Amino acid sequence: MNRIAKRFSDLAASGRKALIPFVTAGDPTPEVTLPLLQAMVAAGADIIELGMPFSDPMADGPVIQLACERSLAGGTSVRSLLDTVASFRKTDNDTPIVLMGYLNPVEAMGYEVFAQRCAEVGVDGVLIVDLPPEEALDVAPTFREHNLDLVFLVAPTTTDERMEIIGKAGSGYLYYVSLKGVTGAATLDPVEVKSRVETIRKHTKLPIGVGFGIKDAESARLVSQVADGVVVGSALVQQIADNAANPAVIPEKVAAVLRSMREAMDNSKAG
Amino acid sequence: MSEKIDFAAFPDPRGHFGRYGGRFVSETLMAALEDLEAVYNRLKDDPQFQADFDYDMAHYVGRPSPLYFAERLSKQVGGAQIWLKREDLNHTGAHKVNNTIGQALLAKHIGKRRVIAETGAGQHGVASATVAARLGLECQVYMGADDVERQKLNVYRMKLLGAEVIPVTSGSRTLKDALNEAMRDWVTNVDHTFYIIGTVAGPHPYPMLVRDFQSIIGREAREQCLKMNDRLPDALVACVGGGSNAIGLFHPFLNDESVSMYGVEAAGDGIETGRHSAPLAAGRPGVLHGNRTYLMENDDGQIIDTHSISAGLDYPGVGPEHAWLKDLGRVNYVGATDDEALAAFRTLTHVEGIMPALESAHAVAYAMKLAATMSEDQIIVVNLSGRGDKDILTVAALDGFTF
Repeated sequence: MNRIAKRFSDLAASGRKALIPFVTAGDPTPEVTLPLLQAMVAAGADIIELGMPFSDPMADGPVIQLACERSLAGGTSVRSLLDTVASFRKTDNDTPIVLMGYLNPVEAMGYEVFAQRCAEVGVDGVLIVDLPPEEALDVAPTFREHNLDLVFLVAPTTTDERMEIIGKAGSGYLYYVSLKGVTGAATLDPVEVKSRVETIRKHTKLPIGVGFGIKDAESARLVSQVADGVVVGSALVQQIADNAANPAVIPEKVAAVLRSMREAMDNSKAG
Repeated sequence: MSEKIDFAAFPDPRGHFGRYGGRFVSETLMAALEDLEAVYNRLKDDPQFQADFDYDMAHYVGRPSPLYFAERLSKQVGGAQIWLKREDLNHTGAHKVNNTIGQALLAKHIGKRRVIAETGAGQHGVASATVAARLGLECQVYMGADDVERQKLNVYRMKLLGAEVIPVTSGSRTLKDALNEAMRDWVTNVDHTFYIIGTVAGPHPYPMLVRDFQSIIGREAREQCLKMNDRLPDALVACVGGGSNAIGLFHPFLNDESVSMYGVEAAGDGIETGRHSAPLAAGRPGVLHGNRTYLMENDDGQIIDTHSISAGLDYPGVGPEHAWLKDLGRVNYVGATDDEALAAFRTLTHVEGIMPALESAHAVAYAMKLAATMSEDQIIVVNLSGRGDKDILTVAALDGFTF
């Protein structure tokens, strides 16, 4: 059992839901990422989605676009962020790390080189926003060979037919995008999310994480009642943006937001 | 080429041209693209849809566009005969309208009431705003903030036509960023919005359907050349940014082995300077804006800034079919610099009384070079994809002329 499966099974056994923060590696400086990852784990993160910066993040709103720009301006690359994961693994061998981003930087590095290095440093899964299952056929075996989960997105527009395809192609967990739109756009509708998650469950046994539109402890609590995991990105990245001039305080600022979400989720009664 | 390829049989059902093309988008857009593909596959062989398209081409756009023998230019160059396919005479002044008419008909069939578009030089934006006005559709056009500045006339034209122009200030503030922003809009408003992509790039089925609509250029040119000269041309020349006017001219000739083809990229200050927009000459394969193609990128796979005097060619990618045709060696991809394009702009204006768009001037520049190496009985067809009125302010500024 890899780290992601083990984490979801442990959480299920204790009746808790996964808190899954997203931050862009190297934002705003390469040095802040390692202490930030450690602070997020201490604040209750169960799985970390670590963003790989891209010059043209088409599916992201302004908050994460700017995070990419800060990260790239600081010199972060896929290779350098993999080194950061290696450093993280020296003191944490349990928290799963999923790399999230766009295909081109991975393709530029080379799939075999990328997957091998991911396995070496202890990455557990990969979520490529612009790589739907149909286009992943060629590269999926390379990721599988190196025991990397391929996490796919499910959207509000996804048809039942596609859910079936995605459910079969994906591993680790599925990421339900709760809104039509870019990251950080609006606030989700918990009733709608509940009904969609129930539909997705008919097509897959994988755990379901829900993201987009989770802004605070209350929305995290609501989503945790229907999903297996709660993904929070822009709300954390906004903290990073607000404190970019003083990176030393960033780990604690982000951790504070996560702690409030953790608390709300753990105290929430299902239903 | 070891094996004979039927170029008309591509893309494959998954939208691939060899290793290029495809559908690399976030999941939210997959359903809309599948719908569009299904509707298009149904309508493209539907006689009524074809009749509607042909009617608009004839009576709204003014087709067929002439194939004109530029006799004085040919004499001055001394070599092959240079013939111009006059897409500049289309309604709205460029080839772009062929595609926007086609896509607007699709939007009407699908029942979307709002259209969006990205634009570089503004020609596609104007063509989109035009069809939106005619069909009573809401229209918003994304345009890089730098392009808004250098193509003011077209910005105002779009406003007059009732479209809203949204300047994009992210990234390099040019065409690629306008495309990013249009994609973000589409992913948000996919239920009621049709995205009119202006070139043969983007996710499948766009490169296919834009090519099909633009292929009217090559079908006409082929027929006209046969009728006027009793033979096919020896060479075709067209400028390549995203590559829609080039594929439109080339595609109907791809199976004619005797016809050689030249796609002219914007070499900017010169390929060796790095300041250019020539991914086929100096880029490498990657994935951007929904398709795999040649891109201008750094070693880490980040897209790099491009440069061209012409906003319409200032793009770091290129349509996937061009990437495939390059690898196959079927089309020769070459370059013309800013200076060469400007010189050709002036020459064609002086010698033939035809003012080309700066984009099209790249094709004219290369055709003049090519013609000089060929004999007088040989024929070159150049796609004069647009007219130069929109570029008068740019050229005037270079001449130090203020209004």
